[in-house]
Amino acid sequence: MRAKGEDMANLIDIKGVTHAYKTENGPLPVLDNLNISVPEGDFCAVVGPSGCGKSTLTKLVAGLMKPDEGEVWLHGEKVTSPRSTVGMAFQNPVMLEWRTILQNVLLPLEIVPNKMTKAQKEERGRELLALVGLEGFEDKRPSELSGGMRQRASLCRAIVHKPDVLIMDEPFGALDAFTREDLWQTMHALRAEEPFTGVLITHDLRESVYLADEVIVLSGRPATTQHVENVKLGGRTDLEVIYTPEATDILHRLRHQIEIAQGRAPDEEAA
Amino acid sequence: MKHWKKIATPTIAIIIFLAFWEFIVWVNQWPNYKMASPSDLLPAYTKYWNLFLIYGWQTLWRTVVGLLVAVIFGTLLGMVMGFSRTMRDALYPLLVGFNAIPKATVVPVLALILIGQHNLNTVLIAFMISFFPISVAVSIGLSTLEPEYRDILRSLGASKWTIFWKIALPKTLPEFFGALKVAVTLAFIGTNLMEIVEPHGRGLGHLFDSGKINADYPLMFAVLIALAFLGIFLYYIVVGLEKIFAGWAERPQG
Repeated sequence: MRAKGEDMANLIDIKGVTHAYKTENGPLPVLDNLNISVPEGDFCAVVGPSGCGKSTLTKLVAGLMKPDEGEVWLHGEKVTSPRSTVGMAFQNPVMLEWRTILQNVLLPLEIVPNKMTKAQKEERGRELLALVGLEGFEDKRPSELSGGMRQRASLCRAIVHKPDVLIMDEPFGALDAFTREDLWQTMHALRAEEPFTGVLITHDLRESVYLADEVIVLSGRPATTQHVENVKLGGRTDLEVIYTPEATDILHRLRHQIEIAQGRAPDEEAA
Repeated sequence: MKHWKKIATPTIAIIIFLAFWEFIVWVNQWPNYKMASPSDLLPAYTKYWNLFLIYGWQTLWRTVVGLLVAVIFGTLLGMVMGFSRTMRDALYPLLVGFNAIPKATVVPVLALILIGQHNLNTVLIAFMISFFPISVAVSIGLSTLEPEYRDILRSLGASKWTIFWKIALPKTLPEFFGALKVAVTLAFIGTNLMEIVEPHGRGLGHLFDSGKINADYPLMFAVLIALAFLGIFLYYIVVGLEKIFAGWAERPQG
């Protein structure tokens, strides 16, 4: 993790991004000179106080919005519009209710140009669904699935077209604690099979430590990079790793940083 | 068993309704020039069956054409209002105002402007009275599309047309069919309004009018029931289409 990177090995480079929303009461700044770099294959979690502009960040990386100032680079190319090398998953796992689960998962392949045959697409979809534990649900309607299952399917949809970058905006935020832990493990399983660089927006510190290689703490609005934490847990992917002293140390540091971001603790590093 | 029940339940309800009607007329000893009873209708149907077929067909096709125009126009208008806030703000008051005007007052105006164009007049009134719910439903369906739906497709570089075709349109279908069910009955009211207020010798409305002129009350009631029958018929066609195109929106009960 480099705070500011000219390094071409970085898959994602967010350079000096400043953004404000236009409101009736004048501009509302949400991001202020934000710098984030994520090397290829890494998994980066972004945490911060609520309303600090985390969701804005996902839209900028996906090319759905243009920043007022600064640049977003993907794969050494400046992002100016949406690109099919990005996959997205949201807190609300919206499914097309009139389609089966498999058809939902295959949706990106109908839009992104590819040379796959119908049979190949279906095979790809079935493989992914099996990987997240949804074997046998291919032909069910979304309304027949639980929230956790819908989120699993939505993750499959986000990566079915083999994107370079997977952007997740609080994907597990609406799930109960146990389902959430199940999905964390599913995430590790997906990462083992599918090469992608991940950006995970979350407000769950344990989630960020368990899943990510780096955790970036954003300051309160307007958000800027306040702290970068390297997570080295020896490649363990079992849930017990969260309770090791190393993980607990990291969690404590992150917790402290969040308090600073919320303005509840004195910023010792600034002093 | 289940299929049988689906047809039997409404049939029994209709029989109970007819029996109740017959009973009320019998209890009050109303003569048939005051209030016809179901038993008076059968002679009217057997006597004028050929007129019912001819006029019924005229009413039906003009209603269906009016409804089709309403579907096309209403959907386009709904799309314009659904996608553009400015257009929605601009058009809503006009639309509500237009809908508030009693269409009976429009009939003579239309009849005068398009004098002699009986079929066109009738289709136009059926259309005017029935497009409103369709355009409102489509515009609400489109404007309440969750942003995540759009973002998923937009982030893949999908065009606006693709987003409309793959998501907005199917997502709006349940609302559309809900409105179409209302529009079906409204269109019948429109057709008959023209046929009764400006009689030009066509449709069930004309048959109703001649019943009135000849003081043939059973005939008038027979026309009303025939209209109700056509309305139910068209309604169930819409229900069938809804099952095919928007059946996914139906949740299992219980």
